[in-house]
Amino acid sequence: MPELTNKIREVARDLLQQKKVDLVIGFARGTTPMCSTPCFVRQDGEVNGLIWDSFCENNLAKYLVKRSDKIAIIAKGCDARAVVELIKENQISRDQVVIIGVPCQGMVDRGMVRSALEGNEIQEVEEKDDRLIIKGKNFEKVLNRNEFLHPSCKVCTHRNPVIYDILVGDTVKELDTEPYLDVAEFEALTPEEREEYFSKEFAKCIRCYACRNACPLCYCQECFVDCSKPQWIGKTTEASDTAIFHIMRAFHLAGRCVECGACERACPMGVDIRKLNRKLTKDVKERFDYEAGLNLEEVAPLSTFKPDDAEEFILHP
Amino acid sequence: MKAKIIKKTDIASFLDKLIEDYEAFAPVEMDGLISFEKVSSSSEALLDYPNSKMPPKQLLFPQSETLFSYSSTKDTGELEVPSGPEKPRLIFSIRPCDAMSFTLLDKVFGGDFKDPYYLNRRANTVLVSIGCTTPRASCFCNSVGGGPFSTEGSDLLLIDIGDEYVVQIVSDKGAKLLDKKGFEDTGKEKLDLAAGVIKTAEASMGPGVKTEGLKEKLDSIFDDPVWQQLTEKCLGCGICTYLCPTCHCFDIVDETIGSGGERVRLWDSCQFPLFTLQASGANPRPTGKERFRQRMMHKFSYLLDSCDQIGCVGCGRCITECPVNLDIRQVLNSIAQLESVK
Repeated sequence: MPELTNKIREVARDLLQQKKVDLVIGFARGTTPMCSTPCFVRQDGEVNGLIWDSFCENNLAKYLVKRSDKIAIIAKGCDARAVVELIKENQISRDQVVIIGVPCQGMVDRGMVRSALEGNEIQEVEEKDDRLIIKGKNFEKVLNRNEFLHPSCKVCTHRNPVIYDILVGDTVKELDTEPYLDVAEFEALTPEEREEYFSKEFAKCIRCYACRNACPLCYCQECFVDCSKPQWIGKTTEASDTAIFHIMRAFHLAGRCVECGACERACPMGVDIRKLNRKLTKDVKERFDYEAGLNLEEVAPLSTFKPDDAEEFILHP
Repeated sequence: MKAKIIKKTDIASFLDKLIEDYEAFAPVEMDGLISFEKVSSSSEALLDYPNSKMPPKQLLFPQSETLFSYSSTKDTGELEVPSGPEKPRLIFSIRPCDAMSFTLLDKVFGGDFKDPYYLNRRANTVLVSIGCTTPRASCFCNSVGGGPFSTEGSDLLLIDIGDEYVVQIVSDKGAKLLDKKGFEDTGKEKLDLAAGVIKTAEASMGPGVKTEGLKEKLDSIFDDPVWQQLTEKCLGCGICTYLCPTCHCFDIVDETIGSGGERVRLWDSCQFPLFTLQASGANPRPTGKERFRQRMMHKFSYLLDSCDQIGCVGCGRCITECPVNLDIRQVLNSIAQLESVK
């Protein structure tokens, strides 16, 4: 990782010095262990604040919307997919953004690491190859980072940025996982079991909207939950209102979700938000053979119509 | 210090005894999430835990609360106010920072406008807090007027001295909990042990934030461009406000069905675009910059004017839970380093 950090700094320095961009959006060291934080660099003298490690979990494409400056963005596989979607949806123009692609090995879930340490307070974490060396008061533990990846990273099939102007580091091997196995398992449950699962998950939701605000594709000028004329959903913690929020949001992301998992990582209450999104992603893939954010040319299936579109969901009397 | 001694082996039966007389709430772990829940047995309650994800403020100030329900016909209308809990309530094993948060809420809801919903619950509630022998790296209670063993807001405070708790009696309400339970007074030796535990915990804490002169500084930089820079990475979600034990802003809505319905009070968040959106469509806080500034100003300036107390108890939830690590300590310390603008 230190090599990647150095390369990112070099690239950022060059871009700023040559005035090719006004701003580089990357990651800096956070204030708590295992926490990197989004960082905005405008002066070439500040590039040494940039870092790359196993905790660069935010989807930085979130910061590209509604801007007029020229921006370089550090993009993992999922960030790059979100950038593609934003370009396709006219939220940013291709020539306004310099994509610094960084092949990703998956990001580490600090919550999972914490659970493995049974409440011992972590003071410092060092990374060496695949090892996480965790130090606290009176203890040191070594863990294999690959066993502690975020759920979304474990099933990610696009670790290498699908689009970039500059690639930093070597490409990585894509995971050879059976896609959507988790969704297929869930689909096999009875409707009652599925309802019970979602009711339990949504009951944890506190309607802080961190999922929406962390999502790079949730950029509506006015979200339907904030709309007061007309008011689409109630504002109380009534179970049906919370369910409607999550269901409507999932549908709005159908064929657009890039599966970065930013929603789930932002959620303070541990709600399984991705379950709905992944079901819709799988449906879009199966019906239209389309995955969001892979290239700039393909038209999003829900933005177009083809006479031979699958329509088995239409019920004939 | 007036204190009693409770052996660790006796704490469960003490709580079970209290559960007979009180509606008791304590931190409980479910699906890896710690929250304050109603407990029917001491075995459910956690005494050694980092802190709950959600602060216990919702026990006195729920996220969603029916103020009254109404129904009407052509000629008449009726209002019904929900009755409060009749059994006295106990919050057991609350952390000192969270107990202290109620001292601020007491002033907010008990100021010029008395809020019967909060105040009745508060008067009906007794707090047994547990001191923090090992404060977390994100804790900074000691720099905002509290401490890992602060008694502010508590009725009793448990201090872990090994095999026993020194139970500091803070109020008469707390003393009553210990009545006729046969616990011994604490001798000098154990009080010294407790003092040592407190000293060690306090010494282990980081520098936190500098609040000296902060209000004056904040008042002088309202229009400073620094707010843009400080808040650039903020996502504008409600985590920091909803998980804050002192944040108390609310909205009131009518949930109408047919000719009846309910008037409901809901937590609101200054981080939401809707928070100050006016009927005209104008919004005095149109972007994240103004909204984040409001949060800092309210906590560290406006509440000093209105309640003579800052709106932060240093629990660190907004630090550990912020999706982008926008650390309030860093923000305040950056502000403290700025030159004042006159």
